[in-house]
Amino acid sequence: MKNIIEIKDLHFYYEPNDGDPLPEDVLKGVYLKIKEGEFVAILGHNGCGKSTLAKHLNGILVPTDGKVIVDGIDTSDESKLFELRQTAGMVFQNPDNQIVSSIVEEDVAFALENLGVPYEEMRKRVDDALKAVNMYEYRMHSPSQLSGGQKQRVAIAGVIAMQPKCIILDEPTAMLDPQGRKEVLAAIHRMNREMGITIVLITHYMDEAAACDRVVVMDKGDIVLDDVPEKVFSKVEKLKEIGLDVPQVTELAWELRKAGYDISPEIITEEECVEAIQKLFS
Amino acid sequence: MLKDITIGQYFPGDSLIHRLDPRFKIVITLIFIIMLFTGGSFVCLAIGAVYTLIAVLLSKIPVKMFIKSVKPIMPFLLITAVLNLFLVSTGDVLWKWKFIKITSDGIDISAFMMFRIILLITGTSLLTYTTSPITLTDAIERLLSPLKKLKFPVHELAMMMSIALRFIPTLIEETDKIMSAQKARGAEIDTGSFMTRARNLVSILIPLFISSFRRADELATAMECRCYHGGEGRTRLRQLKSAPRDIAALAVTLLFFGAVITVGILLK
Repeated sequence: MKNIIEIKDLHFYYEPNDGDPLPEDVLKGVYLKIKEGEFVAILGHNGCGKSTLAKHLNGILVPTDGKVIVDGIDTSDESKLFELRQTAGMVFQNPDNQIVSSIVEEDVAFALENLGVPYEEMRKRVDDALKAVNMYEYRMHSPSQLSGGQKQRVAIAGVIAMQPKCIILDEPTAMLDPQGRKEVLAAIHRMNREMGITIVLITHYMDEAAACDRVVVMDKGDIVLDDVPEKVFSKVEKLKEIGLDVPQVTELAWELRKAGYDISPEIITEEECVEAIQKLFS
Repeated sequence: MLKDITIGQYFPGDSLIHRLDPRFKIVITLIFIIMLFTGGSFVCLAIGAVYTLIAVLLSKIPVKMFIKSVKPIMPFLLITAVLNLFLVSTGDVLWKWKFIKITSDGIDISAFMMFRIILLITGTSLLTYTTSPITLTDAIERLLSPLKKLKFPVHELAMMMSIALRFIPTLIEETDKIMSAQKARGAEIDTGSFMTRARNLVSILIPLFISSFRRADELATAMECRCYHGGEGRTRLRQLKSAPRDIAALAVTLLFFGAVITVGILLK
């Protein structure tokens, strides 16, 4: 399958004020390819550059050096900015700060209004997007009447309505309660499975990353690990060294291994863990 | 407690008045205001009163809501009435004490003014009671859209207005949180002398301002991500369609307006 995102030797630093010395690169030569339909998690500690990387994927930031190509569009090509933003939608951490309108359905329509989509098509796309995130019955509500998880799903619907090929979510569950987190994650997984949308999920929750196809770990502006979750989380020492946790079950298996038990290091779900421990005793 | 604040005066409902096209409602209200100020006699005002009464009854909004809307301007009303009562010196003198006198014209004019202002407030309240602020903003944007040709930033103003409306509940919630946080740190907001309370208000306003700027910044990025680029070439999800009832409402209003003008001419 073809690559939807191609990042080549991406360097970036925030422009310093006049007279200040050149700052250290926030991103130091990142190479990354993401295939169409993939579900990729980007993990990393605060300040490792993961949000900066995300902002390069739809042209909010443009590379200081290197190239970012999304679906054949070079992100530094300003003439194709709207095309790029339709291809790669973006959802942010705080749902309150990305909802524009006082009525749910009008907020979902916001991008379509900007793009000048005619009314009939807009109506259909808004309704479909709201149904896709299970918020259709709330279409006439005001966002202030909704819970955090519901608001975040409205924000996601606003992006889906653009019919993007790829959605980048920058810690979309960081401000939500456990229930809201579950709802939002379910919606994201459904989008990936049923609509074939490529997902780039930036997170610091290990369990969210464990449920993805592929995990990319960043540290100090570069990618340090990039593999399927089982392989990434089996490198417990490496992860701990850069200040990240592993899912609890992976850690349990790791401790058992250290204590001399014969248990696979590639355990990331509770079911796998239960099975492996049962095997130990049989 | 701050959460209970209602935004604007919108009184949700499904009456005939609620369902009128907001653009027509604004135009009708303007005609109504002109109507009140054209007629110079009590008969003209009586016609206006009948019109207002019909509209109020059709809106199915409790009459006490309208009394509530007149209440805040009561002092102002009384002052106008008293001033007119004593300062108008034409007409028959009915009562006199030293240099103060009350004339028949004085009574007429002060009663007339009070009556007119009460009608004015009731009629305009009806607009804000039956139209949500966001619909109102939308309608104003569309009514003013011809001004775009004169480079007047109609879309931008409407966008700012609707974002402000959208963020009122969010900011109220935030203020509530900051107040609790500062109280927990020992700030006296509800107690103490006026000066201490005023000083302590700063400890609420500064965090509120900082967070508002952050919100504005994030919102701007989010809007850009959704291809916002001003009002050019925008289409709308909310379609305003005028129905026969809008034309009928406008016609009735014009009829009343015509009646007021005719009566005004005949009585001259």
